[in-house]
Amino acid sequence: MTRIILRRLMVAVPTIILVSMLVFALQKLLPGDPVLAMAGEERDPAVLEYLRDKYRLNDPIPVQYVAWIGQVVQGDFGISLRTDAPVTELIAQKLPVTIQLAAMAMVFALLIGIPAGIIAAVRKGTTVDYAANVFALSGLSIPNFWLGIMLILLVSVEWRLLPASGYVSPSQDLWLSLKTMLMPSFVLGNALAATLMRHTRSAMLGVLRSDYIRTARAKGLLGPAVVLKHAFRNALVPIVTLVTLLFGELLAGAVLTEQVFTIPGFGKLIVDAVFNRDYAVVQGVVLCTAIGFIVMNLLADVLYILINPRLRYPS
Amino acid sequence: MTAPAVVQGGLATEAPARKRRSRGLQKFLRNRSAVVGAVLVLAFVLLAILAPLVTPQDPLQTSFTAIRKAPSAAHWLGTDDLGRDIYTRLAYGARASLMAGVISVAIALAVGVPFGLIAGYYGGLVDGAISRATEAMLAIPFLILAIALAAFLGPSLSNAMIAIGLSAMPIFIRLTRGQVLSVKTEDYVEGAHSIGLPHRWIIIRYILPNVLPPLIVQATLTIATAIIAEASLSFLGLGQQPPSPSWGSMLNTAKNFMSQAPWMSVFPGGAIFLVVLGFNLLGDGLRDALDPRES
Repeated sequence: MTRIILRRLMVAVPTIILVSMLVFALQKLLPGDPVLAMAGEERDPAVLEYLRDKYRLNDPIPVQYVAWIGQVVQGDFGISLRTDAPVTELIAQKLPVTIQLAAMAMVFALLIGIPAGIIAAVRKGTTVDYAANVFALSGLSIPNFWLGIMLILLVSVEWRLLPASGYVSPSQDLWLSLKTMLMPSFVLGNALAATLMRHTRSAMLGVLRSDYIRTARAKGLLGPAVVLKHAFRNALVPIVTLVTLLFGELLAGAVLTEQVFTIPGFGKLIVDAVFNRDYAVVQGVVLCTAIGFIVMNLLADVLYILINPRLRYPS
Repeated sequence: MTAPAVVQGGLATEAPARKRRSRGLQKFLRNRSAVVGAVLVLAFVLLAILAPLVTPQDPLQTSFTAIRKAPSAAHWLGTDDLGRDIYTRLAYGARASLMAGVISVAIALAVGVPFGLIAGYYGGLVDGAISRATEAMLAIPFLILAIALAAFLGPSLSNAMIAIGLSAMPIFIRLTRGQVLSVKTEDYVEGAHSIGLPHRWIIIRYILPNVLPPLIVQATLTIATAIIAEASLSFLGLGQQPPSPSWGSMLNTAKNFMSQAPWMSVFPGGAIFLVVLGFNLLGDGLRDALDPRES
């Protein structure tokens, strides 16, 4: 098993290198001269030349890449052109906010998606199944930033139940922090719940047809025991991997959710950086996201092997 | 399909193909939700095409006497912060949204399918290079890649389409490649090889038509994703630029007037929801109709 995992790890390394090249190339494609943006009103050629030298912009592109990647490997993503703060520091500041949002969203997605999928599969073809499918398809079709706006209108403006925006750190005030994050995380988790429901349903349908389920029922086990202990455990394999793979979707969704609810997280960082032409930050954020995603993929593979003994031995 | 069908080119395969197509159509029409999807999509396509005929005003016409008016007989869906008619802007915005959906997917197909065909057909080093590059692109979440590309290209509707198309491309490379791998070993492809047809001809005439059905389904579902992506980019200010209407940019303005003029955000978002729902229903229906395993 270790060998399989090691092999997957070896495949991940070139992917990460390629992603880093891609991210680096993106910046080079960018129209406009970053030095002019940095210099502001200043147009003195000597100053511009100094800045170009300082940020190594006169070197050939491969040399620039090697210098950049050398720093990245040491955890240094450069300096934000806008705020002069180290990009690594900015990311470390914003990441916990988004992780809290994503974690709460995942809780929502699991709490809604999995039970709904199980019930829909068990009651296949009934009104319940139909309703669950309509819910899932709607969840997939609603743009989450619009759902956010509608919920703010209803819950915050109309009913005055929850705060409309902002962020409170859980270490500051746990209760208020959860309250502020409730609506954004529901909005973010909603589409994932829909995806999870659909996959849980089809995985359960596949398992419920199998012989050992018929055997379990035949020996007189009660419905819930069969469904939860025998069927769901086996349906869990694709679901567990799906949950890890949905991580990327969570991060992308967070960009818009954070924009709507003005949450100072990872997503807001990238949007602000894009508008400020803060290349170093854009590069850092995109690369971090991609590495996180690759690691989650790797984790999905490992989990897949761990919970599915058949895959432990290379064929 | 056996060897004679190959030798006689398309002729021998045509009759069963037509029968299969009409069976697929029947299955599609019996699928009620797929028909609902088709109707929804068609309704918005008509609204977009007929926008100048079915709307009372100019989408850019501002009016200082009609600022942020609630829906009424004169303005069915109300007016926005500059007194422009929301129903009119919604109809013209449908053009931007549908065009963005279709064109970006066309870009993704035009670039992705050839790469997928080449990777799957030739294998070896070419496949390795294309597949690694695809994996690298897939490692960046779709919307984040689109945002980064749109930012680098500069904010405009056409750049947003390019950004979304390029971000969706790896999905099509991977799908096409996988399909080619399974079709490549079929008898009729081997038959084509044995009579000495050139590779290019085999790819275009024998492989491409047989990998199309899953691509059509994926393209339909990706249009839905692309419409949401365009709305998202426009909402962030990276897509359609004011004053031209797009559902996303309308929502971007609307969020500043959420409590004073809720209708400004309700309708454009509702339109996105309905048209995306339509494409999703359509895609699911097509999958059931085109999948030979489902009978």
